[in-house]
Amino acid sequence: MSVRLSARWPFRRLSLVLSLAAAGFGPLVASSAARADEVSVAVAANFTAPMQKIAAQFEKDTGHKALLSFGATGKFYAQIKNGAPFEVFLAADDETPARLEKEGGIVAGSRFTYAIGKLVLWSAKPAIVDGQGEVLKQGGFDHLSIANPKLAPYGAAAVETMKALGAYDALSPRLVQAENIGQAYQFVASGNALLGFVALAQVVDETGKLKGGSMWVVPPALYTPIRQDAVVLAKGQGKAAAAALVKYLQGDKARAVIRGYGYAL
Amino acid sequence: MTFSPDDWAAIRLTLELAATTTAVLLLLGTPVAWWLARTPSRLKAVVGAVVSLPLVLPPTVLGFYLLVLLGPNGVGGQLTQALGLGLLPFSFPGLVVASVLYSTPFVVQPLQQAFEAIGTRPLEVAATLRAGPWDTFFAVVLPLARPGFVTATILGFAHTVGEFGVVLMIGGNIPEKTRVVSVQIYDHVEALEYAQAHWLAGGMVVFSFLVLLALYASKARRSYVG
Repeated sequence: MSVRLSARWPFRRLSLVLSLAAAGFGPLVASSAARADEVSVAVAANFTAPMQKIAAQFEKDTGHKALLSFGATGKFYAQIKNGAPFEVFLAADDETPARLEKEGGIVAGSRFTYAIGKLVLWSAKPAIVDGQGEVLKQGGFDHLSIANPKLAPYGAAAVETMKALGAYDALSPRLVQAENIGQAYQFVASGNALLGFVALAQVVDETGKLKGGSMWVVPPALYTPIRQDAVVLAKGQGKAAAAALVKYLQGDKARAVIRGYGYAL
Repeated sequence: MTFSPDDWAAIRLTLELAATTTAVLLLLGTPVAWWLARTPSRLKAVVGAVVSLPLVLPPTVLGFYLLVLLGPNGVGGQLTQALGLGLLPFSFPGLVVASVLYSTPFVVQPLQQAFEAIGTRPLEVAATLRAGPWDTFFAVVLPLARPGFVTATILGFAHTVGEFGVVLMIGGNIPEKTRVVSVQIYDHVEALEYAQAHWLAGGMVVFSFLVLLALYASKARRSYVG
């Protein structure tokens, strides 16, 4: 009995709220609902901050809503292959989208590079990381966090960098691997790893200024460029919001945000 | 195709972790369960709820707080450093601490039930025979609660073997140190190595089934005999 009562009351209140809302905002909702749509987007973890900003602007400018999921590119690939309802995919590399294209999982010709990622060595503490990355050779730390190099392009770039510096063998016992670049950041931010290789966009604000700690922007010559490609997935075929988002990503406003966070284009 | 050396390392590590965790939990959980089974204290409900928290908390919550608490800026991290133990995240002892918390209800609850089932009568009889509290515990309570200890050991061990979220949060995925089977499966799946993932994941299913089968079979036999 009590269950039924408690289940009914919220509904009553909800329907009251809904009818009030419909009366007050009805005209507004009706006018934009005709065109506005939702698009589900899988976003590589390193692109979290810029994409949140771009999505907010996108929603304001077009009326379309972007539903964002953040995670590891490899995980998204597996989910997409198994029927995940994503319509647009912003990967952390160019191989995964190319693979999807070859397998016929995307809208033909929709693949493009939306950003070129930059790798940084970062510490949450100031004055730990020097301007040349010498700290890697000097040691004096227990843990160096990287994204899993098998799964994440930034992790692979970190390994390339350490090898190019001739420091990989000395450093490998101290490596802790995160599931993706977001977790690699978390290991450093929580202080459990003094240093970590993360994406530049994670540690700078929208004007490219370091938010805290100390960093070394790894010279691009030390690793294969991290070209990040986007595609419209098969599930986004013919959807106006998906097409609009992809177009928006290539527009000046979005590109300004992407550059602001330190990505090359 | 079968297990790779990496897979074997993960299996070995997982078994070590589960065995250590179970041993620690039996030592720490027994007095807690005994207290819970016997106390008239009003704190019983609070302690009982705390012990059961890991049943309902997502492992990521547990892992997240452990990462913060055991890190250099956390209370736990400062304590372990002051004791000269260093920091626990990304280490085997850190996984043991996390697993002990994670598996607590699976050990404490069966023990508590077993102790409660004994009732007060055998203890009173022992007391009239002038048995001291320790004597009573080892000579009367432990033998009577034996099925509870078997269940607690099996469940504690099996539940720790299946641990994933907590390790992912504080483990750091280090081969031979913190990369347990569940994380290795996750890596295989993410890297699209489905065949290897199947070997390990299928192994886990078989293992879990056999453990539970042994548990239920022994229970059925006991209740039939008893």
